Amino acid sequence: MSAPTTDAPILRESDANAADMATATRQTSVYVYEVPVRLWHWINAFAIMVLCITGYFIGSPPPTMEISEATYQFVFGYVRFAHFAAGWILAIGFLGRMYWAIFGNHHARQLFFIPLFNMRWWAEVWFEIKWYLFLEKEPKKYVGHNPLAQLAMFFFITLGVSFMIVTGLALYSEGLGHDSTLYALFGWVFTAVGGNSHVVHTIHHLGMWWIIIFMIIHIYVAIREDIMSRQSIVSTMISGTRTFKDDRVD
Amino acid sequence: MSQIETFYDVMRKQGITRRSFMKYCSLTASALGLGPAFVPKIAHAMETKQRTPVIWVNGLECTCCSESFIRGAHPLAKDVVLSMISLDYSHVLMAAAGHAAEAAFEEAIAEHKGNYILAVEGNPPLNEDGMFCINAGKPFVEQLRHAAEGAKAVIAWGACASYGCVQAAKPNPTQATPIHKVITDKPIIRIPGCPPIAEVMTGVITYMLTFDRLPELDRQGRPAMFYGQRIHDKCYRRPHFDAGQFVEQWDDEYARKGYCLYKVGCKGPTTYNACSTVRWNEGTSFPIQSGHGCIGCSEDGFWDQGSFYNRVTDITQFGVEANADQVGMAAAGVVGGGVAIHAAVSALKSAQKKTQTQVSENEEA
Repeated sequence: MSAPTTDAPILRESDANAADMATATRQTSVYVYEVPVRLWHWINAFAIMVLCITGYFIGSPPPTMEISEATYQFVFGYVRFAHFAAGWILAIGFLGRMYWAIFGNHHARQLFFIPLFNMRWWAEVWFEIKWYLFLEKEPKKYVGHNPLAQLAMFFFITLGVSFMIVTGLALYSEGLGHDSTLYALFGWVFTAVGGNSHVVHTIHHLGMWWIIIFMIIHIYVAIREDIMSRQSIVSTMISGTRTFKDDRVD
Repeated sequence: MSQIETFYDVMRKQGITRRSFMKYCSLTASALGLGPAFVPKIAHAMETKQRTPVIWVNGLECTCCSESFIRGAHPLAKDVVLSMISLDYSHVLMAAAGHAAEAAFEEAIAEHKGNYILAVEGNPPLNEDGMFCINAGKPFVEQLRHAAEGAKAVIAWGACASYGCVQAAKPNPTQATPIHKVITDKPIIRIPGCPPIAEVMTGVITYMLTFDRLPELDRQGRPAMFYGQRIHDKCYRRPHFDAGQFVEQWDDEYARKGYCLYKVGCKGPTTYNACSTVRWNEGTSFPIQSGHGCIGCSEDGFWDQGSFYNRVTDITQFGVEANADQVGMAAAGVVGGGVAIHAAVSALKSAQKKTQTQVSENEEA
């Protein structure tokens, strides 16, 4: 097959008028996020939403409801059930995501490491910071995460979610009892904070706000980049393909 | 060496019939969570074993442990255990005073060297060379080390000896220190609580004397049979928790109806103790039953966990007193505000760029 020639018409004349043609550019697109990554992203997002809402209510329960006798009423029980169910989905999903980091494409690995000793990478982190401080006129193109995004993902999601899973399973294991397998696996969490499980509740609660702060930044930045950068962002997590708005090299 | 009596001898001397003795053995077995097969084993041990002496020392404390102990629900258990203890030296119960008391202490240590159980109520303050707690003219920490040398095992009574309790609460000016940081070469069993439940105290001592070993301990060195579950796990108000029926205020209708005290700060869900099963004062009641939330007195550092009356308690690590929600909301607010400003500036910048491009295009044209 011959390479496409650049002077071939990009759009059908019946669909696009002269003004459209003037702004038309050739697009490159790369398949970045494979199905498991996208599936995980949205399941994870849903689980985090449920966990934040129910988690907040577990700390500050809704007003007392007297629907019927306590025997037949299970309101707070369902709130906790939803929290635990979503927590398990988050935890198992994260394990699956780790599996895919090993067996998926190389973009799937970005979440799990920081190229600490790569000076060029750090230079690009600095470039991205300047872009967000309005000191750069034009952003660079990235197929995967930009370096600043990778850094944020690592601290907020990889470390943040791991922290929530570990503390969460430790708290859950208390309900199962000291003789449970889960307590044998996660009981060390209580020892690590000095023994009082109330401390684990408190730091788990703070962790929720850590994740919420991530959500605010993440959603804002994704939409902003989708509008202002030279590549697709939001649709990439739906279709898996990254499309670039221009053909220029950085 | 003088002949030491068996437990059974001691009991009979106190006028206890064999029938009552057997009752005690079965009660103890069930209190310890052992099957009926253990009743004759306990009886046999009590009949044949020489009683093991217990030396009880008091450091920085309030004596609530002793007060709880002598109010054991089963009088027989209390009498037996009390008679096991070397009453020659116990600040609360001894008849002697001054030099005579100290001489009795030394005598008990020398006589039972390597055999006795050291029961420690309170803890040693280490600041200023331990001068904040003086026993017989010497810092308590010295007496504690001395008594621990010849001990077979050590019992840490109450929150003081186990974790430090109120005298170790921040900023802990006397540097009150839980005993496991001072005694590092002996097995220590922790019986936390402020105070611990009397039946738990007598039960643990009986177990140790009968079976000649420590009961099964959990991760924190507490006997699993009494500290294996949270107050919350066996709370009789638990159905109201699951239903979502809470006391909102102390004097409201829900408080009168006996709803769950979670929202008014009950620490039952984070406290390991036997209050909701064994209860207090001959099984009469326990804090939650009398309408007050658990304050978590058997947990490490319970004085430093913020208010007893809030569920989400204050944390002071951020320089101000605020709870996790206030800290989180403030941080999220700052980030949210930053995002809004950033979005506005981004929009302005885009508009500016567009105008400039149009201007330059017009100039080119």
